[in-house]
Amino acid sequence: MGLMEILLIIIPSTLLWAAPLIFTGLGGNFSESSGVVNIGLEGLMVIGAFTAIVFNLTFVDIFGSMTPWVALLAAMVVGALLSILHAVASITFRADQVVSGVAINLLAIGAALFLVKFIYGKGQTDIIQKGFSKVDIPFLSDIPVIGKLFFSNTYYTSFVAIAVAFLAWFVMFKTPFGLRLRAVGEHPMAADTMGINVTRMRYIGVLISGALAGIGGGVYAQSISSDFGHATISGQGFMALAALIFGKWHPLGVMGAALFFGFAQSLSIIGSSLPFLENIPNVYLLIAPYVLTILALTGFIGRADAPKASGTPYIKGKR
Amino acid sequence: MSNRMKNIVVPLVAVLLGVLVGTIIMIATGYNAGSAFIALWNGAFGEIYYTGEVIRQVTPYILAGLAVAFAFRTGLFNIGVEGQLIVGWLAAVWVGVAFELPKFIHLPLAVLAAAAAGALWAFIPGLLKAKFKVHEVIVTIMMNYVALHVTNYIIRTVLSEKSDRSEMIAESASLRSPFLEGLTDYSRLHWGILIALACVFIMWFLLEKTSKGYELRAVGFNQHASEYAGMSVSRNIILSMVISGAFAGLAGAMEALGTFGYAAIKGGFTGVGFDGIAVALLGGNGPIGIIFAALLFGSLKVGALNMPLEAGVPNELVDIIIALIVFFVAASYMIRIFIDRISKKGVK
Repeated sequence: MGLMEILLIIIPSTLLWAAPLIFTGLGGNFSESSGVVNIGLEGLMVIGAFTAIVFNLTFVDIFGSMTPWVALLAAMVVGALLSILHAVASITFRADQVVSGVAINLLAIGAALFLVKFIYGKGQTDIIQKGFSKVDIPFLSDIPVIGKLFFSNTYYTSFVAIAVAFLAWFVMFKTPFGLRLRAVGEHPMAADTMGINVTRMRYIGVLISGALAGIGGGVYAQSISSDFGHATISGQGFMALAALIFGKWHPLGVMGAALFFGFAQSLSIIGSSLPFLENIPNVYLLIAPYVLTILALTGFIGRADAPKASGTPYIKGKR
Repeated sequence: MSNRMKNIVVPLVAVLLGVLVGTIIMIATGYNAGSAFIALWNGAFGEIYYTGEVIRQVTPYILAGLAVAFAFRTGLFNIGVEGQLIVGWLAAVWVGVAFELPKFIHLPLAVLAAAAAGALWAFIPGLLKAKFKVHEVIVTIMMNYVALHVTNYIIRTVLSEKSDRSEMIAESASLRSPFLEGLTDYSRLHWGILIALACVFIMWFLLEKTSKGYELRAVGFNQHASEYAGMSVSRNIILSMVISGAFAGLAGAMEALGTFGYAAIKGGFTGVGFDGIAVALLGGNGPIGIIFAALLFGSLKVGALNMPLEAGVPNELVDIIIALIVFFVAASYMIRIFIDRISKKGVK
């Protein structure tokens, strides 16, 4: 098997697995930069996956081939709605943000499975007819070598995800809104003194995280799993959290980390068909994202520091 | 209202709110809430068999709750109970199948192996927290997944020959009890509940009655003050995580040596570790509270299995209720304000 053939398998597969992680990781970035830890990403992805699948199954006759995209919008809205709970608890009611996130995770999987049984009378949905499918991207796939490697036999969602990462970088680092968001996460009291509404900025941060994690779940469900059951999302949200840390709370870093984790995930699945990997137990690839994240936090791979006020509620007038 | 009273009333209100919202969900989706709760009750206490199953479920819940609570009391958040439980489970099964020893050596050895494995798994985040100031929440989450994949790998390669589960453990390492099973109409109730209750006592004694426990709590309250008083902050952080992990490992031993008797490949987490967070929170991180909270969640979980059969309601409703209880306890600021308002009116 030549290098070209191996790359032709690995690159599209990496892009496929990375897309949900990029969306969700970016979501986490908005929340954490505003100072709210969001362990609930997993649950938000679950609810996004659930919404996308149910919407897709229900409305496929109306929207036709546009169904997956419209379903993504629905997943985005429902993800944002669920994240309001996290925002209310952790910002307004000063709950422990980690605990509130855990509650979101428990709630999302419970509610989604309850509703699946309520709607379909069984524990798992049917398989969707119109998911995201492999395409050759027009024009770009005609570029020699690069076109064949990156732009053929791939998914639009992966490129949307990468575009959103650049957009998120622009918003966070090049706009007044982004500056305020980060200020609120680094030093809320100083931001408050300068007339920034800390509570409102944090609510926006959490809502964006819910929306993006919802999209992430929707992308995963409609391009990888194609149905929804109890194990559809199993750890993707936490892996996105890992990407957020490994990417050092920077949108482009998050994108890079998510691509790398997508690479590791896809290798753990297709590795057995590749010549140089068939003898390596795939457990190493499975745990790589988590181990690397721990190493990154420890400082062995460049120290990763969270936004300073991340995890602490802001109480006006308290020193 | 005194603080002590409030600490009892707040969890109760949270439970009531959780049940209330659960009821509203059932009404909104057209299920019969009344028969659902009757089915829930019958599924937990309707027959002695079910009650035996409840106590069996309560056993790992108590230990997982202790693990979370012990860390909480010493200023740490151990969200990695799930991973420590899984490695404890694996270690107990490993000792259970690998040796042939008399029961009075084999069983304690298997239990201790589980505790040691859990402790070791928690030692890593403790060490990283103490030496590198890495937040334990993230590390323990990552360690959960490492535990999941590594134990699956070991089960597949070491404990079996590419099969999905290990052999059954030797009888001499089992916590199973024909006596308790006979008493409860052949439920899977086992001796583990005694270990769990003993651990409740150990935690209380350690934290409240020894100077080491005082140190651990002091470091949790205020690192700088403790350091000034001559305590080693980093050693106490590591010790606290290790003890917490040992409790979690014991919870795994309960599943390994009592309930199942083998270890199988897992596609996802058992959920016991995360429910342990709920148990510890609702129980206010105290010994008595943990027992009651474990009892509540244990009976909810076991009773829920009867809801689809008797009332046609999906058992996930109980998961929703548990999540809501966690949520309301977490947001107890809201409940506390509400109680303050009401009790002030009473004074006037």
